[in-house]
Amino acid sequence: MMAIRDELQNVQPVKLVVDGVSKWFRTRRATVHALDNISLNIHEGEFVCLVGPSGCGKSTLLNIIAGLEMPDTGQVLADGKPVTGPGRDRMMMFQESALFPWLDVMDNVMFGLKLKPNLSPSERREVAKYYLELVGLSKFANANIHELSGGMKQRIALARALAPNPRVLLMDEPFGALDALTREQLYGDIQRIWQERKKTIVFVTHNVREATCLGDRVILFSPHPGRIQEKFGVELPRPRDINSVALAKYSTEITRALKRHLNPELVEVGE
Amino acid sequence: MVIAFFALLIGVWEMLVRMKIWSPVLVPSPLAVASYLKGALASGDLERATLVTVRRLLIGYALGLVLGLPLGLLTARFKFCEATLGVIALGLQTLPSVCWVPLALLWFGQTEAAMLFVVIMGTLWSVVIATDNGVRTVPPIYARAARTMGSKQWHTWAKVIVPASLPFIVSGMKQGWAFAWRSLMAAEIYVTILTGFGLGNLLNYGRELQAMDQVIGIMLVIIVIGLLADKILFSPWERFLYRRWGTAKS
Repeated sequence: MMAIRDELQNVQPVKLVVDGVSKWFRTRRATVHALDNISLNIHEGEFVCLVGPSGCGKSTLLNIIAGLEMPDTGQVLADGKPVTGPGRDRMMMFQESALFPWLDVMDNVMFGLKLKPNLSPSERREVAKYYLELVGLSKFANANIHELSGGMKQRIALARALAPNPRVLLMDEPFGALDALTREQLYGDIQRIWQERKKTIVFVTHNVREATCLGDRVILFSPHPGRIQEKFGVELPRPRDINSVALAKYSTEITRALKRHLNPELVEVGE
Repeated sequence: MVIAFFALLIGVWEMLVRMKIWSPVLVPSPLAVASYLKGALASGDLERATLVTVRRLLIGYALGLVLGLPLGLLTARFKFCEATLGVIALGLQTLPSVCWVPLALLWFGQTEAAMLFVVIMGTLWSVVIATDNGVRTVPPIYARAARTMGSKQWHTWAKVIVPASLPFIVSGMKQGWAFAWRSLMAAEIYVTILTGFGLGNLLNYGRELQAMDQVIGIMLVIIVIGLLADKILFSPWERFLYRRWGTAKS
């Protein structure tokens, strides 16, 4: 029992440093400059949202932080150590849930835990149950993946990502495919879990309002090549409601900046 | 209802025989077939032949699977294997597996090995191609998700790629089974293997003896074995696929 309590409570947030990262994608016909000299510090326990239009490299940056892709120049440091590959300290969540259909819900959540040493099978089960409880789906432990709704799938994916107790959660438009109502519920859930479990979260989205609702900071990217254009701090109390007026003011400001960078002439005419 | 249907079918059969439209030598009555089966069971001939055939089939099929699965993984994983082994598999799969019988007889003589060879060739290529296909259609995101959770090469293949390909692998297994079963029957009818008389041999003797009750009786046994194999070997897999994936992929 002691081991489980350690497993659940021993949370150490990590500091991420993105240092001069550039990335090119070479295809037979063309070379795409995906990221151009990106530098970014992410603090312990911070919730950072990367926002930008498609093709701005924000997902690529997330993959590089995850260790799924390597930068062509520069490096990413997690707690001072260079990232050379995927690691259990940095868990990734995708737009599609990427849950495994051949396993039931419980075994999906256990997948990462089974790869974690020093846990007995019963402890793993205990930990998985805790996270299913945390996302409010403990009743569905034995359900099959195809029986779940989109929102439930993402909740299970969240539980699966949280289960090995990573210090960083990397989320690549995780709510992009969900309906508005489900999404709002998940905004509440993710803020609550982030605070309870003291995670560092890097969250990629193209939805400015979503970014404003969730992020301590919103980092604005522009495409071709992918660059950081502006950084915004969002100083609003939590938990935040995506429909609040104060939040709308922030997001309007960021949206305006986004449009200015995307298409300068258009904004001048509009204003 | 179902029982009534089959009872009616047998009834009509019996009636047609009694109307003596055809020679009873060519169309035996269901009773004659039943009495042949009863006699063959009592003498133990039928059990022995069934055992011989099923043994050849199961051993050959198992070997075909054990060889085919890893080969399919290789062709899916390595470009070189795809261009060599993959092409061979594709070519040989189009060859009706009965065509292996003459070659098997020349290579192995009238032995068990020849029979096993034919069954393996029937199974192997379907399994290779289905496995290869299955692996290629696995969404890359599964492997990425597994990697972030700390899954490495071998673990990813065993715990993610292979299970994710199961719908394809199972349908390949079914096709391989069908090919193996057909080609084994052809081989048994075609040649007498002295180490064991299978159902195909009994069927052929029936023809030589002009014993139509035997021919039809053995055909019924072959059908029953096919149905049982489907139930025992594949139904559990298909139920699993249906439960997990939610779609009947067969």
